[in-house]
Amino acid sequence: MIRVILPPHLRGLARVRGEVELEVVGPATQRSVLDVLEARYPMLQGTIRDHVTQQRRPFLRFFACEEDLSHESPDAPLPDAVVSGAEPLLILGAIAGG
Amino acid sequence: MSNVRVLVGTRKGAFVLTSDGKREKWEVSGPHFAGWEIYHLKGSPADPNRLYASQCSGWFGQVIQRSDDGGKSWTQPGTPPGERTTPEGMPKGESNKFVYDISTQTGKPLTTHQWYDGTQHPWEFKRVWHLEPSPSDPNTVYAGVEDAALFRSKDGGTSWQELPGLRGHGSGPRWQPGAGGMCLHTIILDPNDPQRIFIAISAAGAFRTDDAGKTWQPINKGLHSQYIPEPTAEIGHCVHHVAMHPSRPKILFMQKHWDVMRSDNSGDSWQEVSGNLPTDFGFVIDIHAHEPETIYVVPIKSDSEHFPPDGKLRVYRSRTGGNEWEALTKGLPQSDCYVNVLRDAMAVDSLDKCGVYFGTTGGQVYASTNAGDSWAPIVRDLPAVLSIEVQTLT
Repeated sequence: MIRVILPPHLRGLARVRGEVELEVVGPATQRSVLDVLEARYPMLQGTIRDHVTQQRRPFLRFFACEEDLSHESPDAPLPDAVVSGAEPLLILGAIAGG
Repeated sequence: MSNVRVLVGTRKGAFVLTSDGKREKWEVSGPHFAGWEIYHLKGSPADPNRLYASQCSGWFGQVIQRSDDGGKSWTQPGTPPGERTTPEGMPKGESNKFVYDISTQTGKPLTTHQWYDGTQHPWEFKRVWHLEPSPSDPNTVYAGVEDAALFRSKDGGTSWQELPGLRGHGSGPRWQPGAGGMCLHTIILDPNDPQRIFIAISAAGAFRTDDAGKTWQPINKGLHSQYIPEPTAEIGHCVHHVAMHPSRPKILFMQKHWDVMRSDNSGDSWQEVSGNLPTDFGFVIDIHAHEPETIYVVPIKSDSEHFPPDGKLRVYRSRTGGNEWEALTKGLPQSDCYVNVLRDAMAVDSLDKCGVYFGTTGGQVYASTNAGDSWAPIVRDLPAVLSIEVQTLT
């Protein structure tokens, strides 16, 4: 079971509270997790990744285990602690403003 | 008795203001979509309880929202709770998918437009600036987007297709963004001719189709813009807004970057009607519901000073279709006022007397129940107002 923490605005769109738990079949990567997330919550399509290019939106970041995974390959395996559910995958908006 | 519903888009959410026909006491609902930029929301003339909203964010991109109960509840079209449509049993989520048509119909050159440095730049979808519901079908709605293009949904906002003939006009590689982005911000559907649509783009100019969007022609003859190398060029003008009275669809009024303009022939040619305005820079322009020669603008000092001249917020009204203007000041701040009124932030109701409404970047929504003779704020402290639309409900 993979735990995903969404930023508040996306929790609002998806109509969820707290963490989202996802069952991912096969290797757990950013791409496979987001595929499952978007399949369960289609209203999130286009809000995390571009509809066409599937690129991460520029002001979003992926953190896990106190590391920034945003620039990792979307097909790189996620840390074991995320795969086991010990740690969540955090999707969050980059800090902006003054 | 009639009711009035004012739809307000702001930098941090949407608000719905409602009143009875007296327009004295108002109920304020919102913020809806708190924290999101709401560039525009508008109701369907064919079903006033059907509303569409453009919700966007620099982080999360574009979302389309729809209400079927006059703004009490909202859903992303195609994803109402419980609706299952995909083979996996989940609802589809394509209502925020705006993909440019790059088929042979649009042509390869139209994958780029002119960038600020004169080089060619790829078309990149950023947001929906304006939503224009069909006058006859609640499920048909047009979207003007940045980077400039026109999209249409025929299924209540669930899916969107570009009308590629606009970018296929051939001048696309010469379109360029204004300071606010290369946005298609004005969509006018001719009430008498479903084949005819007017649109305007900053900074490309105004265009018209007479075949429901298959082909387009620029309608900028008579515009004069000192900020482009050829001031009378076919395209490149920074049109801020265009208005039409439904009873006279051949007559258009335009607030350009500088200059207030009028066309009596569906945009084939324009003449300036700025007349005695204190400055002819501005964003909004609108028309009295019952007097098609009575028009309203809010003069703004200049393109670098986006606030009213002399710190006085004044609506100017012409009862002669332009050229002769009177300042409307009663109830509006006449000192130390430095707000702006953005291009989609003025609208009228169709009661008698005509109500006129506008919103400011300072968060005030002002209303006049007597065609502009006097004004009072409905609300004073909203986030910066991006758009105002008004529904007169009977």
